[in-house]
Amino acid sequence: MNLTLHIWRQENTTAEGRFSTYRVEEISPDMSFLEMLDVLNERLINKGEVPVEFEHDCREGICGTCSLMVNGVPHGPEKGTTTCQLHMRKFKDGDEITIEPWRAKAFPVLKDLVVDRSAFDRIIQKGGYISANTGNAPDGNAIPIPKPDADWAFEAAACIGCGACVAACKNASASLFVAAKVTHLGLLPQGQPERYLRVTAMVEQMDQEGFGSCTNTYDCEGACPKQISVRNIARMNRDYLKAKIMGN
Amino acid sequence: MKLDSKIPSGPIESKWSNHKFDLKLVNPANKRKYTVIVVGTGLAGAAAAASLAELGYKVLCFTYHDSPRRAHSIAAQGGINAAKNYQNDGDSVHRLFYDTIKGGDFRAREANVHRLAEVSLNIIDQCVAQGVPFAREYSGYLSNRSFGGAQVSRTFYARGQTGQQLLIGAYSALSKMVGSGAVKLFTRKEMMDLVLVNGHARGIVTRDLATGKIESFAADAVCLATGGYSNVFYLSTNAMACNVTAAFRAYKKGAGFANPCYTQIHPTCIPVSGDHQSKLTLMSESLRNDGRIWVPKKQGDNRPPSQIPEDERDYYLERKYPSFGNLSPRDIASRSAKEACDDGRGVGPGGRGVYLDFADAISRLGEKAISARYGNLFDMYQQITGENPYKVPMRIYPAPHYTMGGLWVDYNLMSTIPGLHVLGEANFSDHGANRLGASALMQGLADGYFVIPYTIGGYLAEAKQSAVNTDMTEFKLAVKQTEEQIAKLISIKGKRSPTSFHRELGLLMWDKCGMARNEQGLKQAIDKIPAIREEFWQNVNVLGDAANVNQSLELAGRVADFLEFGEMMCHDALHRNESCGGHFREEYQTEDGEAKRNDDEFAYAGVWEYTGLGKKPNLHKESLAFENVKLATRSYK
Ligand SMILES: Cc1cc2nc3c(=O)[nH]c(=O)nc-3n(C[C@H](O)[C@H](O)[C@H](O)COP(=O)(O)OP(=O)(O)OC[C@H]3O[C@@H](n4cnc5c(N)ncnc54)[C@H](O)[C@@H]3O)c2cc1C
Ligand code: SF4
Ligand code: FES
Repeated sequence: MNLTLHIWRQENTTAEGRFSTYRVEEISPDMSFLEMLDVLNERLINKGEVPVEFEHDCREGICGTCSLMVNGVPHGPEKGTTTCQLHMRKFKDGDEITIEPWRAKAFPVLKDLVVDRSAFDRIIQKGGYISANTGNAPDGNAIPIPKPDADWAFEAAACIGCGACVAACKNASASLFVAAKVTHLGLLPQGQPERYLRVTAMVEQMDQEGFGSCTNTYDCEGACPKQISVRNIARMNRDYLKAKIMGN
Repeated sequence: MKLDSKIPSGPIESKWSNHKFDLKLVNPANKRKYTVIVVGTGLAGAAAAASLAELGYKVLCFTYHDSPRRAHSIAAQGGINAAKNYQNDGDSVHRLFYDTIKGGDFRAREANVHRLAEVSLNIIDQCVAQGVPFAREYSGYLSNRSFGGAQVSRTFYARGQTGQQLLIGAYSALSKMVGSGAVKLFTRKEMMDLVLVNGHARGIVTRDLATGKIESFAADAVCLATGGYSNVFYLSTNAMACNVTAAFRAYKKGAGFANPCYTQIHPTCIPVSGDHQSKLTLMSESLRNDGRIWVPKKQGDNRPPSQIPEDERDYYLERKYPSFGNLSPRDIASRSAKEACDDGRGVGPGGRGVYLDFADAISRLGEKAISARYGNLFDMYQQITGENPYKVPMRIYPAPHYTMGGLWVDYNLMSTIPGLHVLGEANFSDHGANRLGASALMQGLADGYFVIPYTIGGYLAEAKQSAVNTDMTEFKLAVKQTEEQIAKLISIKGKRSPTSFHRELGLLMWDKCGMARNEQGLKQAIDKIPAIREEFWQNVNVLGDAANVNQSLELAGRVADFLEFGEMMCHDALHRNESCGGHFREEYQTEDGEAKRNDDEFAYAGVWEYTGLGKKPNLHKESLAFENVKLATRSYK
């Protein structure tokens, strides 16, 4: 199939960006979306043009590196799917496709479609852990964990840190990402001692990084490739409130 | 080059505990005076960086990813082994040790493997304490499964995301230490070279992948945890950026590289769908618990699978290996698939595929049960291929997946360069010629959490090196050489993309040094690689600016190293006149096509020493003694 691509090109963080239009021909429906961009880049290189920078690594939907806004939707049209797992058979011959980076104040563009998501790491560094120095651990079966708690914790832990939730949110809020971690650790018995310190530290860092606040529009859940539920946000808000009352 | 494995004396069960006692300790107040560089934030690197910082060392930790959490460990699906014997099914440290030695086809060092089996117990405890959400039973206790052909259930897992959950655990421990200031984290920084002072590893040179800045960093010891080199084949199940650069640059600085020809080809991957293919996707091995593998009996039979009657199908693994059947080890399953396809009985486009059929399991257990077990894998398969595996059998084909070879290390995980330690997939230590399923995660975490924190202290307490800084000539020279290489790559402005060279090399390696190798093919590859390399240095086209994000430039640097590394790999495969584990030399097989080991001549680790560009490297040998497991032919019939 043949497609027209409108791709955001931006030299660096401070430069002004713009859309450039490219035609790609003879795209196979078996290609992944990123392989289609590989084809474009090979052709650009062969013509002596600078290729489009976009991030990707595992191409299996698990590392959270790929991060494209496809026709205004983070990770594109298929629900519960990362950009790298999106395949061209979801598109039609003649389609026009707009490709942009995540847009959020806390995720500055480095070049073209590549953004800096290190704000997420800094939030985790403030409290997204259970303090268990190597060597301290009791036997793995010493603390049985009720399966429903373990399952919910697991679902929250499935977050891949891609940032689609932020890109989808009109306020560029990171609430879904933070809530997923707060829930994962806060549901487990091991996570109790630091539960309220954790939520306070993480929420405060999120605000400092310049993410917006959550106004319950729930676009994040719809965009999340791991379908992390917004009920985690409610849980985080309850913990945060409780922490404040407790004076944490 | 001297290979001293430093295996402690005494009975195998007490070597590690004795050694821990014998190792010199660094006084707690002195630890903060030592700086350790850790390159890599996968399971091995993140675990090491966090644990060393907890002990009080100053740690500088590097990754080329934008976040430590993106390391390729994240992609591991199946699980992690540990000899907990929670299932009361007869597992023990000794059995895990025995299985790993045998599975590695008697080409691993006994003492290291025994230590690995011992600390496997602590790994699970540590991960649970960090909040890793392993699968649990309704009782609330941890669940296990049998994996990769093991006869006991010793694999811990977190649905199909074990690697992700373990890495998030290690990443959170690392993040805590970054938050506290004990670890300085450098993301988007690629190690380009190793810096030696007085023959000791004292620092690294890096390129910042956002700004292009070349810098150097000094330390008292360096740990590489930079992963494997499967991408020498271009197509593999590894992430796109996985590469051999860090290990290879260390090799060029004098570190011995062991057994590069031991590569693992995983039997269950989605076949190549066309020339556009950029990577291959693994379908978890657990599928072989319920799926049956077959090809048509007739050559060139291109009827749809549903129209091929039962008696015209060849369930070749069940036929050839009645006791292990579809659960035969990876090397055997992969090679059998290749044989069937070479015989003209492969299925799907290009004839390079075999069926993995769930029809029997679905009719026995129902679609619901199968979906509960493998739902996400089936969905992934459908997303990629557009075919519904509940209705038509999956098509699979082997793909490069893991590399057992790596930088040679002694029992303390130190390479032949004093002070340079190597952890995880980047070293050669524990898997011999073939790795068992669910053992790489175990090894990465063992090295990072439970081995290096002890052994590095022994090195630092004894090495007593003087202080160094990045103003020294050694550092400045290494920075200059890196700058020159980058400038060279940018200036060539040839006609071919870096990817096109990577693909050309990969196809050649896959063809001549892949699942089956022979003398003639390897010699051809050794002739051909220098020619590709030469063309690369004259005709590669790297566009854009070196002082900006530039993925073509990153790739070009990595491909340049693969183009030298591939040649060494072929030399290793050519010299090893036997078949063992993942290394199958067509000349050395039994009458019924099984691998034929030659213990009299080849029971050693082959360690290569760099001698200059385009020159044949020198071979050194560490002979392997089997005192606790009797050398035997691996049979899965
Ligand atoms: C698809 C797949 C599934 C798997 N499933 C399983 C499984 O179920 N069970 C199992 O036991 N094993 C499995 N494995 C194998 C296992 O995942 C890996 O062997 C293991 O995770 C490697 O960990 P590591 O820490 O050594 O390296 P990696 O996780 O690869 O980390 C390498 C790190 O080094 C950094 N790095 C590399 N080079 C440089 C450089 N030059 N400069 C700066 N940083 C650098 C990278 O950024 C990264 O942080 C699987 C592998 C694959 C590919
Ligand atoms: S919550 Fe979902 S969308 Fe947000 S970072 Fe995690 S996986 Fe990505
Ligand atoms: S590239 Fe890893 S999730 Fe898309």
